[in-house]
Amino acid sequence: MKTVTFYIDDLPCEAEEGKNFVDAAAANGVVIPSLCYYPHINPPLATCRVCTVAIGGQPRAACSLKVSEGLRVQVNTPELIENRKAILELIFAEGNHFCPACEKSGDCDLQHLAYESGITYSRFPHTFVERIVDFQPQRLVIDHNRCILCKRCIEEFVTDQGEKVFSSHRRGSRTEVNVDYDLEAEMSDQELTRAMHLCPVGAILLRGKSESRPFGDRKYDKLESKETIPLDQPIDTSALPLQKKVVATASLAGCFGCHMSMLDIDLGLLDLIELVSFDKSPLTDIKRFSRRVDIGLIEGGCCNSENIENLEYFRENCDILVSVGECAIWGGLPAMRNTISLEACLQEAYLHSPVTENAHQIIPNHEDIPKILDRVYPCHEVVKIDYHIPGCPPSAQHIWKVVQNILFGTKYDVIYPEFKYD
Amino acid sequence: MAQEEFLLNKLWKIQLQEGYVSDKAIRQLSRQYGRSWVDLEGVISFYHFFSRKPTGRFIIHLNNSILSEFGGFPEVLAAFQESTGTRLNHTDPTGTFTLKAASCIGLSDVEPAALINWRPFINLNPEKVHHLIHQLRSGTDLDDLADRPLSDAYPNTDPDKQLMIKTYQPGTAIGKLPEMTPEEVIREIMEAGLTGLGGAFFPTHLKWQSCRNQPEATKFIVCNADEGEPGTFKDRFLLQKYPGLLLEGMITAAFAVGSREGIIYLRGEYQYLLGKLEKTIGQFREKGWLGRNLLGIPGFDFDIRIALGAGAYICGEETALLESLEGHRGEPRPRVYYPTEKGYLAKPTVVNNVETLCTAARILENGYEPYVNPAAPDSPGTKLMSIAGDCHFPGVYEITWGTTIGELLTRCGAVDPYAIQLSGPSGELLPASWVGRKLGLHDLRCGGSVMVFNRQRDLLQILQNYNRFFLQESCGVCTPCRAGNYMLSVQLRKMERGLASTEDLDKLEEWAKLMEYNSRCGLGQTAPKAIIQAAARFPEVMDQHTRTKNAPFDLDLATSAYDRIINELR
Repeated sequence: MKTVTFYIDDLPCEAEEGKNFVDAAAANGVVIPSLCYYPHINPPLATCRVCTVAIGGQPRAACSLKVSEGLRVQVNTPELIENRKAILELIFAEGNHFCPACEKSGDCDLQHLAYESGITYSRFPHTFVERIVDFQPQRLVIDHNRCILCKRCIEEFVTDQGEKVFSSHRRGSRTEVNVDYDLEAEMSDQELTRAMHLCPVGAILLRGKSESRPFGDRKYDKLESKETIPLDQPIDTSALPLQKKVVATASLAGCFGCHMSMLDIDLGLLDLIELVSFDKSPLTDIKRFSRRVDIGLIEGGCCNSENIENLEYFRENCDILVSVGECAIWGGLPAMRNTISLEACLQEAYLHSPVTENAHQIIPNHEDIPKILDRVYPCHEVVKIDYHIPGCPPSAQHIWKVVQNILFGTKYDVIYPEFKYD
Repeated sequence: MAQEEFLLNKLWKIQLQEGYVSDKAIRQLSRQYGRSWVDLEGVISFYHFFSRKPTGRFIIHLNNSILSEFGGFPEVLAAFQESTGTRLNHTDPTGTFTLKAASCIGLSDVEPAALINWRPFINLNPEKVHHLIHQLRSGTDLDDLADRPLSDAYPNTDPDKQLMIKTYQPGTAIGKLPEMTPEEVIREIMEAGLTGLGGAFFPTHLKWQSCRNQPEATKFIVCNADEGEPGTFKDRFLLQKYPGLLLEGMITAAFAVGSREGIIYLRGEYQYLLGKLEKTIGQFREKGWLGRNLLGIPGFDFDIRIALGAGAYICGEETALLESLEGHRGEPRPRVYYPTEKGYLAKPTVVNNVETLCTAARILENGYEPYVNPAAPDSPGTKLMSIAGDCHFPGVYEITWGTTIGELLTRCGAVDPYAIQLSGPSGELLPASWVGRKLGLHDLRCGGSVMVFNRQRDLLQILQNYNRFFLQESCGVCTPCRAGNYMLSVQLRKMERGLASTEDLDKLEEWAKLMEYNSRCGLGQTAPKAIIQAAARFPEVMDQHTRTKNAPFDLDLATSAYDRIINELR
């Protein structure tokens, strides 16, 4: 094979002619993110489209390209980076990706790429389509909530007789990937483990072995990493007069964990007390706003009418409103009910639950009790949100850096280990 | 060569005999084809016309395309529901009727139309539906009730350019073959400037030559008769009117590239044309025009089989069609090989549309000279247009390239036209005021579908109909198309409710462009086209559906479910 010269963003690179472009780029130090691609599948699947690059402005899936002499490919232009980010956000919005409750969290390729892209929230509305978790296979569990339909498993697992072990079913937005129960029963543990690891997300799990490694040991924990996450800086307030700023916080449909994390800023807390005063907040127990507030920090999404009123009240009284944590950003764990009808939820919780006593079978309702919404809404679907800090809970460092940024206009970097969805 | 029956043909037999594909049938197929259960289930569930649950004796597929919608789809559906006693996607308790909707069934000039057990019923209205169901209940034979839709044909206005819609004398075209070499045939096609008339306009001679150049002995000629683009029906017209011409075109192609086997991939919606097509193939065999040493040319062996599609728009994409022929889900292949290199069963394959093949036969018959078009040198020959919608004379028109939009609208008797959709939802949405624009490769390309919309039609309703179509018909393989169509539907619904702000309109456009840029095949790349064009070309209509400021959160709507549940408990 002859070696040829090709160009990535105008930088000359070398590789064997005909080599897959993703591999050739990697060998030259340029990692092109992809979720469906992995070596030795030919022709490549080209399903996830995350690896989209451009030749002369025309989009191409990098995984479907072969290196040739003089090939010029744009990979990391600002437009292509933004485009890649949008595709990842689309994948998040399409599935039900509850990172804090996922066995694969920290070992998940999708999550990792989203971290590296600095995705704080999805620009697309989450679909919250009801998907099943298939417990019928003998040893595998297929969680359709998490499947991104990359087709890796379909392509890779074929019996010696040429029979497919996995296959897509239905089509369009209703497409799902299923496993053949008979063939699954015949597979070795080793093969099943390989299937679980081949899955770029947490859709294929092996019973009894799905437990992730402990925090810190997971594939993408990267505790030592100093890699910075490419984030939008909230707002440049450096021109504003330096005066004592006012902060308010709220906990809507959340667990108060984000507030706990805010308190984790340790010694920063002492600085904070000097520099800000708190208005309406569970920390101060002030119920009504007493003045105009500079920063409102919102934990939790909106699951009832009181959350909505409270959030709108915050928006009216705060200059800058920040969604803190997964629940505020897209619903988080409370949004797990979004795939189920409200009626079924209420019946399960109050009427058919094994712990309800016969005499108390009633769905709570009173004019003084907030009404439950049809689903849990992320804060940005209710009011305008100026910034999002992801995490369950977000790291104290990230919160503190954003608050400092807003208070003093300081620029900041969030490094990889500080940026998490779980 | 012993041939395994096409899996889809086999599934059709089961579907038609049993009314559905049972577990038992899957087990049997699994043994016969050596395919796993999950694999077969994947194939069956991909195609709209195969059912895994028992269906009624009569399966009604009512077309839900935009022309049907404007023609009275809601009323006709209501009439079907009332008279059959079932709902959409259900079977009535007596097991007589199953009611379903279907994407465009190629009867746009006679909408609303439905297929009942895949026989056509056209120009439906509530009275006709009630009468029809009554007769079916009283035992009248379905075939006696079915319509025989033959579209009105309008020959070219220029008498020198009546090249397709004219009398057909069987055998004239292929009668020339014994005197010609394959190279001469390809040159003739090249001189005539024939390009793929399904809408891609790839030069036909290049395709044939490329396939001819392949060293392999086995090559295939595949006719793409999966005309699924909403609004088009010209291929149906050709299949009804000139089935022999199509066969002659395939024979010509086979002669040119050196193929021994041809396959017509006929869309499942057109299976009422199967009988006539098979009969014509039989006649050709009798005459020695198919089979061994055909036309007396020594060593020229060629025969044609028919494979039946089963309700999947994407199978009109040539690589998806090949996948379908091989008995798989109709998912487009990644662009690594051309079908002329590795096509059906990884053998060199020419895939041509019905009209392209018919035209190839006509070129042999007419000679290439009349196809040369001095007025528009890059767009030679003529084109069939299926025109329907708000016009007095819907039908199939033969036009010379270079015809203007204005001339087209006048010819079809358009009534107060406002917008035109060319080449279906994936094509061009343009204002009817663009009368001077010309049809042709140099200006407005058109695969053959023309839908005329008058001033009373709501553009948003049109866009939503297209969006539902693509949601249904996306193969589901790539993220941007599968999820993108859904995201667009959310924004369109917001506009419908009057809750969309100008910011939402910007998002709609931005997301549409994202789909266009990133999708894996033509379907996803073109699905958002109408939205992008509507925003650019009909800003006044889009503005009507948007508000300048963000709408406040609709708390009443979000709590309505809770209120209803509490009320019902009381």
